Amino acid sequence: MLGFLQQPVMVTTEVNLNMVALTAVGLLSRLWQLAYPRAVVFDEVYYGQHISFYMKRTFFLDGSGPPFGHMLLALGGYLGGFDGNFLWNRIGAEYSSNVPVWSLRLLPALSGALSVPMAYEIVWELGFSHCAATGAALLLLIENALITQSRLMLLESVLIFFNLLAVLSYLKFCNSQKHRPFSPRWWFWLVLTGVACSCAVGIKYVGVFTYLLVLGVAAVHAWHVIGDQTLSNVGADAKGWAGLAWGQVRVLCHLLARAAALVVLPVLVYLLFFYIHLLLLCRSGPHDQIMSSAFQASLEGGLARVTQGQPLEVAFGSQVTLKNVFGQPVPCWLHSHQSTYPMIYENGRGSSHQQQVTCYPFKDVNNWWIVKDPGRHQLVVNNPPRPVRHGDVVQLVHGMTTRLLNTHDVAAPLSPHAQEVSCYIDYNISMPPQNLWRLDIVNRESDTDVWKTILSEVRFVHVNTSAILKLSGVPLPDWGFRQLEVVGEKLFRGYHGSTVWNVEEHRYGRSQEQKERELELHSPTQVDISRNLSFMARFSELQWRMLTVRSDDSEHKYSSTPLDWVMLDTNIAYWLHPRTSAQIHLLGNVVIWASASLATLVYALLFIWYLLRRRRRVCDLPEDRWLRWVLAGALCAGGWAVNYLPFFLMEKTLFLYHYLPALTFQILLLPVVLEHISDHLCRSQLQRSLFTALVVAWFTSACHVSNMLRPLTYGDRSLSPSELKALRWKDSWDILIRKYW
Amino acid sequence: MLCATSRLLAAREASALPAHPRGRAPAPRSRRRELHFPGHPELPPGDFLVGRFTKPSVPTGRRVILRKGRMPPAAGGGLAGSELRPRRGRCGSQAARAASRDVATEAATARSPKRPALPSSRRFEAAGRWALLALVTLTSFASRFHRLDQPPHICWDETHFGKMGSYYINRTFFFDVHPPLGKMLIGLAGYLSGYDGTFLFQKPGDNYEHHSYMGMRGFCAFLGSMLIPLAYLTVLELSRSLSAALLTAALLTFDTGCLTLSQYILLDPILMFFIMAAMLSMVKYNSCANRPFSAPWWFWLSLTGVNLAGALGVKFVGLFIILQVGWNTLSDLWHLFGDLSLSMVTLGKHLTARILCLIVLPLALYIATYAVHFMVLNKSGPGDGFFSSAFQARLSGNNLHNASIPEHLAYGSVITVKNLRMAIGYLHSHRHFYPEGVGARQQQVTTYLHKDYNNLWIIKKHNSNSDPLDPSLPVEFVRHGDIIRLEHKETSRNLHSHYHEAPLTRKHYQVTGYGINGSGDSNDFWRIEVINRKFGNRIKVLRSRIRLIHLITGCVLGSSGKVLPKWGWEQMEVTCTPYLKETLSSIWNVEDHINPKLPNISLEVLQPSFPEIMLESHMVMIRGNNGLKPKDNEFTSKPWHWPINFQGLRFSGANDTDFRVYLLGNPVVWWLNLLSIALYVLSASVFAVAVQRGAHLPVEVEGLSQVLLQGGGQLLFGWMMHYFPFFLMGRVLYFHHYFPAMLFSSMLTGLLWDTLLRLCAWSLASYPLARCVHVLGILSLLLGTAYSFYLFHPLAYGMVGPLAQDPRSPMAGLRWLESWDF
Repeated sequence: MLGFLQQPVMVTTEVNLNMVALTAVGLLSRLWQLAYPRAVVFDEVYYGQHISFYMKRTFFLDGSGPPFGHMLLALGGYLGGFDGNFLWNRIGAEYSSNVPVWSLRLLPALSGALSVPMAYEIVWELGFSHCAATGAALLLLIENALITQSRLMLLESVLIFFNLLAVLSYLKFCNSQKHRPFSPRWWFWLVLTGVACSCAVGIKYVGVFTYLLVLGVAAVHAWHVIGDQTLSNVGADAKGWAGLAWGQVRVLCHLLARAAALVVLPVLVYLLFFYIHLLLLCRSGPHDQIMSSAFQASLEGGLARVTQGQPLEVAFGSQVTLKNVFGQPVPCWLHSHQSTYPMIYENGRGSSHQQQVTCYPFKDVNNWWIVKDPGRHQLVVNNPPRPVRHGDVVQLVHGMTTRLLNTHDVAAPLSPHAQEVSCYIDYNISMPPQNLWRLDIVNRESDTDVWKTILSEVRFVHVNTSAILKLSGVPLPDWGFRQLEVVGEKLFRGYHGSTVWNVEEHRYGRSQEQKERELELHSPTQVDISRNLSFMARFSELQWRMLTVRSDDSEHKYSSTPLDWVMLDTNIAYWLHPRTSAQIHLLGNVVIWASASLATLVYALLFIWYLLRRRRRVCDLPEDRWLRWVLAGALCAGGWAVNYLPFFLMEKTLFLYHYLPALTFQILLLPVVLEHISDHLCRSQLQRSLFTALVVAWFTSACHVSNMLRPLTYGDRSLSPSELKALRWKDSWDILIRKYW
Repeated sequence: MLCATSRLLAAREASALPAHPRGRAPAPRSRRRELHFPGHPELPPGDFLVGRFTKPSVPTGRRVILRKGRMPPAAGGGLAGSELRPRRGRCGSQAARAASRDVATEAATARSPKRPALPSSRRFEAAGRWALLALVTLTSFASRFHRLDQPPHICWDETHFGKMGSYYINRTFFFDVHPPLGKMLIGLAGYLSGYDGTFLFQKPGDNYEHHSYMGMRGFCAFLGSMLIPLAYLTVLELSRSLSAALLTAALLTFDTGCLTLSQYILLDPILMFFIMAAMLSMVKYNSCANRPFSAPWWFWLSLTGVNLAGALGVKFVGLFIILQVGWNTLSDLWHLFGDLSLSMVTLGKHLTARILCLIVLPLALYIATYAVHFMVLNKSGPGDGFFSSAFQARLSGNNLHNASIPEHLAYGSVITVKNLRMAIGYLHSHRHFYPEGVGARQQQVTTYLHKDYNNLWIIKKHNSNSDPLDPSLPVEFVRHGDIIRLEHKETSRNLHSHYHEAPLTRKHYQVTGYGINGSGDSNDFWRIEVINRKFGNRIKVLRSRIRLIHLITGCVLGSSGKVLPKWGWEQMEVTCTPYLKETLSSIWNVEDHINPKLPNISLEVLQPSFPEIMLESHMVMIRGNNGLKPKDNEFTSKPWHWPINFQGLRFSGANDTDFRVYLLGNPVVWWLNLLSIALYVLSASVFAVAVQRGAHLPVEVEGLSQVLLQGGGQLLFGWMMHYFPFFLMGRVLYFHHYFPAMLFSSMLTGLLWDTLLRLCAWSLASYPLARCVHVLGILSLLLGTAYSFYLFHPLAYGMVGPLAQDPRSPMAGLRWLESWDF
């Protein structure tokens, strides 16, 4: 009883002062004068727009990356009390007083600062000395490009932070695997690896490369676990089969834990980002049009206001607008108007000279169609409404002209292999009306499904010719008012969005007379039911649109190719003071860039050399040293390769800052290679001292360069033209020099 | 075959030896390597011996030999060296190496004296094997040559490749995105069979009439038929199982897709032939690895090289088989390198042999095909405009051939201006305006690859409109840095630019034709500059590299290389770029030059050297390949469509009255292939994990698992290499690109099902029906594919009558997927 009181409560901590000091200096370098310049710098103009959208909770679509990064930046804005009212239109524009610049830039700066101690930890966990670890951290600390990038409202530093966190926590996990698997510490680092990976992917898609690298290393380690006989043979002799089975179960547990934490968990976290994203952005906005009707209906305002309370089931007599699901080149609605096809086209072909049917990208009263039962004459909905089902034959009556949608064996105006679609006019005796369409609900669950507003995707199959109503997407000439051509496709090839339509606006027709009906068509729709799309449906649509939305790959003044990056042959001018010549550039520390590339090369050569010699049973390195050397290479050189090489295959506009994640990994490799050379390749004490002296000299020069470039990094000091010219070490660097000083 | 049979015999004889455990001494070197487990080098060699000296086929009784557990590394002769070694020490031991040499000699002596004694049953069996091979070959030829002359009109891409064959016969120069070997062979086949090259091959559906086309089709069908014996032999070599090989042959013979593709004048049968031949010779040479530097070894190694050159010479897709062979060679060398009994000199020999046969030889052959190509095609033809001015000068009939034109540019000269970036073409304009919404509504300026009157421009002074060709005026040369005006000869409008965005590259300025009869405004003025000025101030025709800088905006005239939409006749965009980056797309040279006031000089010196021609034609081909981009809204085939046989390709005919041929795989075969890949991955990973866990596999299972992991692994790798790269390609893709991968996948199917059935039979060995399981399984698979071929054969051999979506059609019940339209 109360025996525990006999011992004093003790807390023993060890503080690594190196780490503390590095963190402090890191914070100082990144946070110093953070709110300067108080103007929009480079890509802030782009991220800022999204932050404003978050602040106003307006829906937007951005194809550049998943939403987590933007949400983090928006969090800064939220904490700083930003109301979203700022027009992000021009680089260099002064921020108004309602923009909390400091808190907006805080998060990237913090991640940039914390990367410094993390570099230290990674090199230490890789099994190298404190000296090498400190070196790695210092190199990250004085790298000008990293400083610039993390002091602004940009996402690269956050991406680098999570990349490093993923690698670090995987290393910690690995090291605890040797001692105590399934301990809380083991679980913590394993789970953190998964979370950090999905955060990296959530910020930019390129984060997926680091994720794949970590997965790959984890797979190799898991393969060793499978082959680890000690795991199964523990007590196998004593307990026989039971022991053996227990061994297999243990291995299985190891594999399952890894799969859960490194595959399942990241997927869930990724979904969580989108869940929060969609939860936050609940109002309709400028990008609504790109999304499907169902998606738009789930947003407040916009289409939701229009379609609110529409009847769900389309019945005979319903008035509908039909939107094409594919929506390329622009989203549009099935449309007709009084004008007819020209008798003879420019190329001499003839047409049916009947009323044009087109696809029109704007809302218009001529987009309304009435679903008619071919067996009856009336155009109103019965009481109770008789719903239209899959497989029913219908006629579509154009609301304003009461002509029937028709197609026949006449070549379409611009796609001659397909049939013309028209609204039938009865003055050509030789051409009987062919206006029966069979309804084919594409996303039906059973064959008796009812045609639903917004939710059903339907095809209209022509009964006589089995042609399918299709948007060809070609703009008609002037006689067709440049609206898009609609055709009957005979040679149908599988599912394609251009043949599928959905009902967007819908109401039950009430008026018998044409005059009344026209009035009715002009009036807004009303009734009330609300419907919601499930989260997974919204997620998959949004993700798909984000991946397929096409941004115009325009050339940019500061765009560059991956080959320019390795030796820093290019820079980006971020900001120029409106009056003085103070300016901010994304410009790295040349010494560090060049030596990091050199280190990668040296590593590769040494690695191949050792590998060949080991194959001939000449072991230069003891086994544990060798494994450590391989792991360091796999993570650092591998990290560089996976974050750099894929850019050669990408077709989008590339900038220097895309190289920074790769560069970070490359810098981590630098002290590793240096320590290896000093420990293993310098034979005598003299050589070792000489080498140390060289390293010190090299590091001093790196510090010196960093200091020289400081004005371009922080933009705090106005330089004279001659000073600027002196800083232009490479001809390809573009440093701004005012002509009229 | 020579090598294979002898090796087989050796294995048989060896199996007759008592399989005494050789725990102490390591295995003979060569044995150890060929039985090497991928990714698991530390298996004790003794265990392999047990597995090796037992026939992999199912024995009558069930013999379960459990392995005696893993041996300590020391007993393995120190070859499994994973323990710590002293720094810079030799990890292996001399004793072990000596021992292994002894065993090798012992094994060799044990083998050789027994060779002549062949029992008659063996001889009978060997004859049976040959008969089976002959049967497979015959069936394959019969199926491919059946109704080869139908339809007697051009089908699908025959219009291209037949035409190119004719070009070779007529010796006219043309441009194509593929290397020349395949088309040369087609041309040769046509030439030998008496085709005279006069048929125009204008469009699919044109009737051949009296022209002899059977020679070319027959050649392709011959190579297409050879695929099946090649696949048969490959699988036989990999699995050592006749039933697996037979199954593979059946799958491929009865595949309607392979059949269709082999019956027409196309590059694919030629390409697939070389791919399969390379694969077979690689596999054969792998099995000769225990007798390095012997005659069969050299034969198969160099044959691999020859076939690689052939594959690459037909299409660039041949690169994938090169990568596969390269990978195989690397891992082979890696194993040799780890074999301490081989001296560095021997290793050097191995390396040199491979470099010679697999790099030097193919490269030489590949270059030789180009040499023949350029030698044969010496007349000007439709492909001239794609190539640089210097290149055109060597084609007879081209206006640059033996041309004599004025050397220096003068005011009043009529010129054509060619972009220096390859496959961009000439500066061009025509009487069409930019459409509304695209910059200013002025005359279009584009680049155009073909020679045309609209490519002609007159060079004029910027400030005077007097005719410089007036004989009374002195000749005035254009100099570096002059301000000039370029007037389009046909429309008399000036080359013009202004601050409107270009139609496609929005950051650049629009270039138009402006003015009436040569009088425009100051936006028509350009400064002409020579890059790296070497020839003084004047501007030389053909040789000066010039830049045109817009005077007012300071931008540079260039072509973005992007294709304009229909309104621009799909010619290429011309822009004025404000970024003064030094790229070839903004550099031009003057090609044609007409000026009556100047003396003509001969331009013999321009002849480019052969390496330059090679390089240029490759650049043009690569650009041409990249240029085959799918257009907006066009429905294109996606790689994921292919393995599921989602959609076919219409070779001939669309309506119900036409003779229709539809390229579609036999769905039974293809879906079986798809299933087999999944099954293979599953079963191979089960075996791999079992081995990694150190499970004790019975001997028979171990043998089968090795066939599965090694042989199947190579085939799976081949499938992946020939399939996945297409996902990365930006160009237009077609269904027929999948067929090389399909060959590999069918071979994998044959090997997998045979192995699985054997495993099945083994596990049921206590029941009387055990052996039947295997036979019945194989038979039912064979009959199933044959029956499905009977159902689907009209796709390949052609059909007339109502389309399949019509219920009256005999094929109506066979339209299993909505996307098939035959």
